[in-house]
Amino acid sequence: MVLEFRDSGIYCPSGDFYIDPWRPVDRALITHGHADHARPGHRRYLATEAAAPVMHHRLGEIALDTIAYGETRRIGGATVSFHPAGHVPGSAQIRVEHRGQVWVVSGDYKTTPDTLSEPWEPVRCHAFITECTFGLPVFDWRPEAELAAGLNDWWRACAAEGKHAVIGAYALGKAQRVMTMVDPSIGPILTHGAVENTNAVLRAQGVALPDTVRVTPETDLKAIRGALVVAPPSALAGPWLRRFGALSTGIASGWMALRGVRRRRAADRGFVISDHADWKGLNAAIRETGATRIFATHGYTATFRQWLKEQGYDAAIVATEYEGEALDATEEEEASAA
Amino acid sequence: MKRFAALFTALDQTTKTGAKTAALAAYFADAPEADRLWTIALLSGRRPRRTVTTTRLAEWAAARAALPDWLFRASYDVVGDLAETMHLVLPPPARESDRSLAEWIGDIRALAKAEEPEKRAFIEAAWDRLAGAERFVFNKLITGGFRVGVSQKLMTRALAQATGIAEAELAHRLMGDWTPDSTSYTALIEAPDPEASLSRPYPFCLAYGVEGGPEALGPPEEWRAEWKWDGIRGQLILRGGQHHLWSRGEELMTHRFPELARARDFLPDGTVIDGEVLAWDAETARPMSFAALQKRIGRKTVPKRLLTEAPAILHAYDLLEAGGADIRALPFAERRARLEAMLDGLPPEAPVLLSPQVPFETWDGLAKTRASARDEQAEGLMLKRAASPYHVGRKKGDWYKWKLDPLTIDAVMVYAQAGHGRRANLYTDFTFAVAKGNELVPFTKAYSGLTDAEFRKITAWVRRNTLARFGPVRQVPPEQVFEIGFEGIQASTRHKSGVALRFPRMLRWRHDKAARDIDTHEHLLEMLRLYG
Repeated sequence: MVLEFRDSGIYCPSGDFYIDPWRPVDRALITHGHADHARPGHRRYLATEAAAPVMHHRLGEIALDTIAYGETRRIGGATVSFHPAGHVPGSAQIRVEHRGQVWVVSGDYKTTPDTLSEPWEPVRCHAFITECTFGLPVFDWRPEAELAAGLNDWWRACAAEGKHAVIGAYALGKAQRVMTMVDPSIGPILTHGAVENTNAVLRAQGVALPDTVRVTPETDLKAIRGALVVAPPSALAGPWLRRFGALSTGIASGWMALRGVRRRRAADRGFVISDHADWKGLNAAIRETGATRIFATHGYTATFRQWLKEQGYDAAIVATEYEGEALDATEEEEASAA
Repeated sequence: MKRFAALFTALDQTTKTGAKTAALAAYFADAPEADRLWTIALLSGRRPRRTVTTTRLAEWAAARAALPDWLFRASYDVVGDLAETMHLVLPPPARESDRSLAEWIGDIRALAKAEEPEKRAFIEAAWDRLAGAERFVFNKLITGGFRVGVSQKLMTRALAQATGIAEAELAHRLMGDWTPDSTSYTALIEAPDPEASLSRPYPFCLAYGVEGGPEALGPPEEWRAEWKWDGIRGQLILRGGQHHLWSRGEELMTHRFPELARARDFLPDGTVIDGEVLAWDAETARPMSFAALQKRIGRKTVPKRLLTEAPAILHAYDLLEAGGADIRALPFAERRARLEAMLDGLPPEAPVLLSPQVPFETWDGLAKTRASARDEQAEGLMLKRAASPYHVGRKKGDWYKWKLDPLTIDAVMVYAQAGHGRRANLYTDFTFAVAKGNELVPFTKAYSGLTDAEFRKITAWVRRNTLARFGPVRQVPPEQVFEIGFEGIQASTRHKSGVALRFPRMLRWRHDKAARDIDTHEHLLEMLRLYG
């Protein structure tokens, strides 16, 4: 086995390292900076150059070594390289090769290109360890341009009615993607502190984002009309929202595809925008790897494994502590609030 | 159906009642009359009957989406709604359609007489002609389920805005057993025929729960108390020499409770009574348990055996119409006095009995009486303001229910299952066990009572602490203790624990307790002896 599944995480015996471990280890290779994948407490970290600033921002002074996409590195008896996963800026799949056997850990990934992240690249391998957060055929994402039009129509209608449009989106990745999707000529873009902190980190590393205004207690909201307010989803339920007066709320998440979930969140609008692969994306990704062995880590694992078996794959479920696209307040939001 | 689909989208895209009312009022002002009538019917629960079985629909949708049946079913489990699941997996339509809501419903109803291949061809053609919300609405219509988060009250308000007719009057016109076949928009809403309304019930007056204690309601002398019975709320109508019995859900129950036909022999025509249908033990002059009445629910006709085992009566607590006149505007105390006069001296075989009032002078004194509700087979008290009219629907201030605190037991979670629909990405359905020596005996499921934040927490815990998986069910270590509340307990041969609970739910997550602190199976059986 190139990789093993242990209590602390996904382990490579020949290189003596872990990938996205959930308990403190000596050496951790990290696919991306979301809190359920990049945890504190490891002795040494390795991540892509593009993921490093966010990890420093969130995890503080860690021993973090970086690697470029596509660069190969020898760790013990294993050769590793990182490849774009299309999930958030800097996110990677990690390829591990040992004695001619190639395994790839997907981390979280999205196959359709967006306005923000390095686009997904399929990596040929023998075994593919995949997420399946949205591993059911009911999840079918619309093209980016159509999603952008939906956001813009809503924002424009709100602005015309003299309301602010408040959208709940993950502070790392989703929030910035929404900002780059919308038409900034409609009005100003205001941000929650957790979002703006991440914006600052990404701007410093050269990611192009539209102009934004951080909302503080001093912000004169009376002088601002028809803004798009970008905040983490939990802020939509809290007292933070009260300062804005007339507003319409929206949530950007793959879960908004389900009417029931949309209604439970009691937001006015649900925008089906995810940074994970949909059903077609998962199936296409697996096909393109050429892998025959598939391990499903998180999401609708039981159903997805059964489906893969019927398609002729050698498929298994691996228990992990990854959360996929959590809709509600999670470790991820707590991390971005830091 | 584009206009109706646009209305549906507008209603679905907001949580604000003001915006919903405005969208509906605009629709009632400009949609074709036939569509308006069907919209009123749909939003008041008068859905067209299902003409295709859900099994076939699921098969056809799966085939059209090129999915194996099991995968379609697994998706349905998560989505929680067949119409939506079909909508989400079907390929996009190739064409368009300009047919109206009423035309589509006409076609769907006509399928009742069609052979299966014809049904399938019709539905596949519809799927290929309807886009977006139109297809979702169509699926809702063929599956016979149609809920859009619009209460009848909200719809009535919108109709009032669109027509200028008073809301309470409209609420009354919309009651009863009309269908879009038996009436027209004009006859129903604008110019109702009084002769056609002999069976029409009044909108039920509904109560809020007392929050905290009743002290906040003001001086006790302004209030009247009654037992809150654990039966079926019913409105008995005697008009034109006939009788009708309506449920609160506006279902006609006349034939399920044939005992009430004899009310015509004892009460004058032109009478409408609000009360509670109960299974009655004439010997002890007390209601039987809800379990006895339950056997008669859901039966269209009642076998003789049940008529003797669980005979039904109406416990009357309010008089809405007397001598053919609507007296709902009179104060409750006066309506009640007229009810008492009407029922006074009726022979024991009369199927309508007066639900007694519970005398009291102070709220403290009433609290003591309330504590004995279980002895009376009641679930608490009703409090009604003596001066109050009989309101339409739920209105704060005049009617309150003051229920007993639920029975409780501490139990440990042993299995968890993901919810569906609204709770598709959370573990929300749990199985609980009590202790029997070193064994754990599962005895109930519960899936409500926690906050969203608590469900998220327990979901994260379940994901990390799964011992085994049985399909969608996960076995977890017996560590999380919950206080389970329930309204009643009865013996059951179907459950290993020997008991079945009524309305079980989670009252509290007992972080302060460990599995060794849970209640025992013996304790559960003791509760069965006491309250069963």
